[in-house]
This record gives sequence, structure tokens and C-alpha cells, in this order.
Amino acid sequence: MAKFRGAVVVDTERCKGCELCVEACPQDVLGMSPKVNSKGYHYSDMVAEENCIGCMACGYVCPDAVISVYKVTNA
Amino acid sequence: MTTQEIISPENLVYGKTKLLTDNVMHYCPGCSHGVVHKLIAEVIDEMGIQNTTVGVAPVGCAVFAYNYIDIDWQEAAHGRAPAVATAIKRLLPEHFVFTYQGDGDLAAIGTAETIHACNRGENIAIFFINNAIYGMTGGQMAPTTLEGMKTATCPAGREHELNGYPLKIGNLLAELDGTCYVTRQSVEKLAAVVKAKRAIRKAFENCREKKGTSVVEIVSTCSSGWKLTPHKSNLWMQENMLAKYPLGDLKNV
Repeated sequence: MAKFRGAVVVDTERCKGCELCVEACPQDVLGMSPKVNSKGYHYSDMVAEENCIGCMACGYVCPDAVISVYKVTNA
Repeated sequence: MTTQEIISPENLVYGKTKLLTDNVMHYCPGCSHGVVHKLIAEVIDEMGIQNTTVGVAPVGCAVFAYNYIDIDWQEAAHGRAPAVATAIKRLLPEHFVFTYQGDGDLAAIGTAETIHACNRGENIAIFFINNAIYGMTGGQMAPTTLEGMKTATCPAGREHELNGYPLKIGNLLAELDGTCYVTRQSVEKLAAVVKAKRAIRKAFENCREKKGTSVVEIVSTCSSGWKLTPHKSNLWMQENMLAKYPLGDLKNV
């Protein structure tokens, strides 16, 4: 079991679908949702949430500050 | 532990700083401006200087920067941000004053103001976004455009016989006695973003210590102007831009 577990929450309405977080994720957690927001952008979404380690790479590279990262340490 | 259990306020490790307003930025998807805005907002928040910081917005894509970071702002005429910042800093010497400029603003129309403000050693910070193109007006050639790079106004690629050489204004400013800190950073990946944030923080700290002018150049992308996807822009930047504009401190005294 991974030492850290993480999860990300995307503010889907503000996401512009640039996909930089998808490229930045070292664990291939993120992917683009087939759904679109009200502006017509496909937004980023967790497609392999069990792999997230809460490294924050997605949050740091996000130009629109739409990603919140949560992290827990497994005892 | 399920994902829903992890998503709880006490586990939050990264999120939008409260200094960034809820306005949706007008920048294109994947634009470096958003990352740099976020870093400046985070640094101001962490230093607790929201009430004593004045930003000077440029003409260019970042002209609406005042809509996104919740501090005092002043809009300057094209290229004149360092001159306006000089006045604000001299009238409010204990305030933190910074300019936020693109390469068309800082390295073309505003070259004189930039060089003289740096040469006077004004205690301001200059954040310089270098994407080698005029982004807002549709991707025309800028002084910083790379040789061979195709833009709307040099469709066959920039040639130095006709258009001169790419202007490495960061190196030029590092030569001046008035500057105390000149650095070149980028924001395309996690490690680079962390370094860029450290540089921005140092620039603000230099303002507090009145050491002189700090210049933080951020080598950036313009995916719309370069006609690439945001990710491919990052790769193109790493391959081409960083060869001409290598990252690192140019001056740190």
C-alpha cells in the first residue's frame, strides 16, 4: 500500500481543459472528462483515483488555480 | 480510505490562495500568465503584505491583471510601468511595488523606462514574462523572437539581417549597477514552478531590504501565438527558448 494517498478536486466550471495537469501527473491519475462545462471545455477529472499520492504537481502547474489537493499519510 | 474520506478540509495541502479573486482569468487555456499570477498572489499572501503592495499592470495580455489579484493596482501606459512604479515607490517608500510586464511591453516600447529604472536602482520588483511574441495582438514578432521562429510578421522565420537578433534584456539589466537580483525562471513543470516562486519571494524581500531593483524573467509559452497545444508549447519552449534564454540567476548580490 502506498505511503501516501491523495485526491484532487477540480473546479470544473473554471477549468479550461488545457491538459497541463494531465501531463504533469506522475501517476497518470488525471484525464479529461468526456463531459463539458458551461463554456464547452472538457475538464480535468480523476480517472485513476486510487493511484493519487497527493504530490501537488497538478495544482502547481494549473494556470487557472482550479485544482485543490488533499493528502493523507497511511499509518 | 475512500477518496471521499480523503477530501476533507483537514487534509487540504494545496488550493487556490484567497488573494486570487474568483474572476475567471481571460487568458487562453494553458497560458503561463495564470501560473505567474498565482505565484505572485501566493507570495504576497505568505508574506502578509496584501495591504502594502501595489502592482503596476502593463499593456499586453496581462492588462487586466488587476482583476485577478486582490491588491492595489495601477494601470500604466504601454511600456511605462517602471516609470509609474518609480513614482509610487518614491511616494510610498514603505510599500512593496512591482511591475508585471510582457516582452512587448518591457523589451520593446518600454526599453528606455526599464533600463533607466534599473539603472537608478529603484527598490521595485519587475516581473517579466518572456514568450518571444506579441501575444495579445495576434502573435507578431517581438524583440525577443528567436531566430528562425515564424510569427505573423515574419512568416518565413526571423532573420537577423533583416530583423536583428533576439534581445537578451535580462543579461543587459544584470550589467547595470542598480539591479541587485536578476534571474531567469520558467513555470512549465513542478520543479520550475517551485523555483520561480522562490525567485518571486526573493524579489519582494529585496524590496523590503531596499537593495535595488529585482528582475524576475519568466520564460513562458504562448500556445495561441505559437499555434501549438499547451503541452507541445512547453516542449517547444524547453527545446528552443531555453537554448537561447538559459535559466538561472544572472545576478544576485
